[in-house]
Amino acid sequence: MNHPSERRLGTYLNGFALAVVLTAIPFIAVMTGAITGFAIYVVIAVCAVVQVVVHLVFFLHIDLKSTPGENLFFLGFAGVLIFLMVGGSLWIMIDLHHRMT
Amino acid sequence: MSVSELDHALLAEEEEKSLEAREFGFWVYLMTDAIIFALLFATYVVMVDNIAAGPAGKAVFDINHAAIETALLLLSSLTFGVATIALGEGRPQRVVLWLLVSLALGLGFLAMEVMEFAGMIAEGASPQESGFLSAFFTLVGTHGLHVTFGSIGILVMIGQVMTKGLTKPVASRLTRLGLFWHFLDIVWIGIFSVVYLPSVM
Repeated sequence: MNHPSERRLGTYLNGFALAVVLTAIPFIAVMTGAITGFAIYVVIAVCAVVQVVVHLVFFLHIDLKSTPGENLFFLGFAGVLIFLMVGGSLWIMIDLHHRMT
Repeated sequence: MSVSELDHALLAEEEEKSLEAREFGFWVYLMTDAIIFALLFATYVVMVDNIAAGPAGKAVFDINHAAIETALLLLSSLTFGVATIALGEGRPQRVVLWLLVSLALGLGFLAMEVMEFAGMIAEGASPQESGFLSAFFTLVGTHGLHVTFGSIGILVMIGQVMTKGLTKPVASRLTRLGLFWHFLDIVWIGIFSVVYLPSVM
């Protein structure tokens, strides 16, 4: 009877399991000191970005078919704004930092 | 179909449209909130080395504490999801039960955050100490404030489900609150990845 809802519990549990793994990887890597130097930043960044996507898909139910186009448009627009403002701020401030030292 | 039946059908359609519009409006709000957080993250990254002879992150952050906070928030996202499923099945008691579990986990997170802040301030790592600490308290405090309002929202929705039942407007509000709650968990991914993990190495 409740196939859609059963499937959705599965969705949440799958998302949760993926999120736990993607959280555990950077935490364990940092706690044990197994990975050092530049590589650890790459591990943290990749796990974070993948986990954000996992949360969007499994918890917020964003997908390209059923989510209204306007919502996807705003998500993309926010992404572009964040990229420009965060990227731009860091670019300017890091450049300034190098010039002042 | 009589006139009054037609009226009811029209009213139901209007209600549906209005709730859809609210859901879209709430999504727009969430995206703008994401931009606020992104800029607080950028501020933090710019300020992180400006410790002004005060303590650095390594001295004041406890990674185990952050790991438990992460676990509480992630679990509460799952339990809110279970409440959403109960909502789809039309079982108000289960909705209330899982909302209570989510609320408890959220309050546990907030208690840990307050303990962390109080401990830092007692050690002399207060927001006015350095640019780094100002940025830290602004970013993590803003997230904590959101979790506080989310917890108040859960309390209100528990009251509404108990008094009004799972009517369409209540279900719509609960769905929007769910979006907010899951969104806060996404912001927290950024916080442990940008604030806690890089600082304790």
